[in-house]
Amino acid sequence: MSGASVAGTAGAAGARGPRKQDSQTPGRPAPRVRLRRAARLLPLLPAVLLLLLFLGGPILWAFYGSFTDAGLTGASARNPDWIGLDNYRTLFTDPQFPRSLWLTFVFVLGSAVVGQNCLGLALALVMQRASRVVAAIVGTCVVAAWVLPEIVAAFIAYAFFFRDGMLNQLTALAGLPGVDWLYEYPMLALVLANIWRGTAFSMMNYQAALNDVPPEITESATIDGAGGLQRLRFITLPMIKRSIATNLMLITLLTLGTFTLIYVVTGGGPLNASTTLPIMAYEQAFQYGDIGYGTAIAVVMLFIGAVFSIAYIRMLRERKD
Amino acid sequence: MRGMKKTLMAFTVVGLALTGCSGDSGGDDSQTLKIAYKKTDPVLESLMENTKEQFEAANEGVTVELSPIEGNDEDYATKLALSQRSPDTAPDVFVEDSFKLRADVDAGYVLALDEYLADWEDWDTFNETAKQAGVGDDEGGTYAVPLETDTRVIWYNQNVLGAAGIESPWQPETWDDLLEMARTVKDSNPDVVPFSMYAGTMQSFYELLYGTEDGALYDEDEQKWVTGSQGFVDSLEFLKTIYDEGLAVTPAQALDPNIWQEIVGEMLPQDKMGATVEGSYAPQFWQEGADYEWPEYSEVMATAPFPTQDGQDPGAVSMSGGWTLAVGAGSANPDLAVEFLKTAMNKDNSLAYTVEASKIAVRTDVAETSEYQEMNPFAGEVTEVLDVSNYRPATADFAEIDTAVLTATQEVVAGGKSPEEAAATYDETLKRIVGEDNVVEK
Repeated sequence: MSGASVAGTAGAAGARGPRKQDSQTPGRPAPRVRLRRAARLLPLLPAVLLLLLFLGGPILWAFYGSFTDAGLTGASARNPDWIGLDNYRTLFTDPQFPRSLWLTFVFVLGSAVVGQNCLGLALALVMQRASRVVAAIVGTCVVAAWVLPEIVAAFIAYAFFFRDGMLNQLTALAGLPGVDWLYEYPMLALVLANIWRGTAFSMMNYQAALNDVPPEITESATIDGAGGLQRLRFITLPMIKRSIATNLMLITLLTLGTFTLIYVVTGGGPLNASTTLPIMAYEQAFQYGDIGYGTAIAVVMLFIGAVFSIAYIRMLRERKD
Repeated sequence: MRGMKKTLMAFTVVGLALTGCSGDSGGDDSQTLKIAYKKTDPVLESLMENTKEQFEAANEGVTVELSPIEGNDEDYATKLALSQRSPDTAPDVFVEDSFKLRADVDAGYVLALDEYLADWEDWDTFNETAKQAGVGDDEGGTYAVPLETDTRVIWYNQNVLGAAGIESPWQPETWDDLLEMARTVKDSNPDVVPFSMYAGTMQSFYELLYGTEDGALYDEDEQKWVTGSQGFVDSLEFLKTIYDEGLAVTPAQALDPNIWQEIVGEMLPQDKMGATVEGSYAPQFWQEGADYEWPEYSEVMATAPFPTQDGQDPGAVSMSGGWTLAVGAGSANPDLAVEFLKTAMNKDNSLAYTVEASKIAVRTDVAETSEYQEMNPFAGEVTEVLDVSNYRPATADFAEIDTAVLTATQEVVAGGKSPEEAAATYDETLKRIVGEDNVVEK
């Protein structure tokens, strides 16, 4: 039926394999078996080493850096001092921090969890029923934004929203007064831009998931007299729960780290009204040259990401049972 | 298994060979000079290319490797600082923003030049004010040679002011004179922007602040940062007035980092703006072949020095910045690097660069040449202002302080805050940046 369920059974069989052998050899496994098991792990070694080196290394360095006053220039660039928790103390009293945290929350919730996720699901559902031509046209339009390199998408968003941009020219044609989007509603503009850019990912995820919902079940539900909304609520959504959780995790983490789009479209302004945590970290580290403080912000972001991942992974586990 | 071993061996050999290679080339580097500068400035680029040609011709066996850095001023400073962190990537000679110099000296990136400059007779021809830009420590040691400098003055459109009945030359003596002109122009023609100052620092707020009674960011005598100054509040009040009364561009435009292009490219040439504060290099925008070419600019535009608050001494005020040339502290060949710097800054090269970039001459012998004095009709006027000009305090945390000032101006212009509130926020931010012990209440 589906690739996922085939892989699932294969995984389960694999997990059972070694246990069977354990029961055949009571007590400690024979040295040969242990050796074979160790040898099985060997091919993983290069990948694990590379991960440690290129992922673990920078994370450790960021942790270390966040406890120093390391700078890009100035006296502390030569001999960074260990300053303990000072950076974190400064961060938690910095009036910009709660603001940036809130803006990051608004951006992730608005553009990813609500925007991309719901719109992606809605598009996937509607396109299941649409004629092939319509589905192809809509699909191409949505995916086009996803295919664009991030910097290009960001420039397009800027050209669309800025004072004399396309949106205001269109509204002027309709006789509506112009709104300076990037000045008056910078976060709304950014949320809309990110929904436009990222919906394709959710849409494709859900299209794949919906293909796995067996039509017989939906059909029998229809025969039993379930309406469209009821079918969605009691059949479709429960059956694609795991895809929803996976999709939410991926887009949350992706959106949490969004930098280019915000930096190009508003640069964090006006008056820090769109300075999310990544922008704040960049400003501190590279514009003010305070690398230590910038890494402290990055570490906090790492924690937020980790908390979200753990929450979603737990969600996935519960669903499995 | 044996095949894998062989592959591993091969990798190791290749790896060793590569390390060996890089080690070798490191040894040969002694006769190569690496030069870093900002790529987006074509005049600077041609100076570097010409100097490379001259220098390689004069010094056989020496290779000059130009490594221009892409980006705006901020990106340039960041990328330069990143390259200086490792001796493998640090340039031998680099173009340095004068207000970043002190920080880079503190970081140990910059070579002290005093002993090298002592026997360079050209050094005596450098303007004394301009030399200040190269001072990099509290003892007055010189770490950089100024490449050029600039000043800021009021540029006004004589058509617009004339139409409102204001005669040229217009010579404001106090801030009130500025407001009077702006209101007169607005009354006579509500469609033009009478007098715009950016919601910014270098071309706007500092001209105001340094012209007040106690106006300064940094107290040089006490070596402390100034908080609670009345001049700070008054300067914000002035900005608030011109924005609230609609004498300047709209607040939304004021926060747009690209608004200057609209001002020099459209508003001034199309007689839609009365006056603004701009750098002495403004003719560079309007000269033949420039981005905003405007053949009539020399007849339409005129300059006036920015007045002090109540006309107090010295009567006018200006801010100066500018680029310098410095030598990397880790240079394998400092003598050669300093020679390159001297070649780049000899009279002919300096003259060509200064005139082409419409900057203010740092060499007195260049300032005396007829080419310089005739480079544009304003060269003399904007050079005179150098006497009343100020350089920004160039400490390591100045970039962050500068942003705090910028935020204060923006909050007053567009954020609905009162000048007192914005000044109080600035004082708090300042204390957070430099520490309570390093500020002095005025």
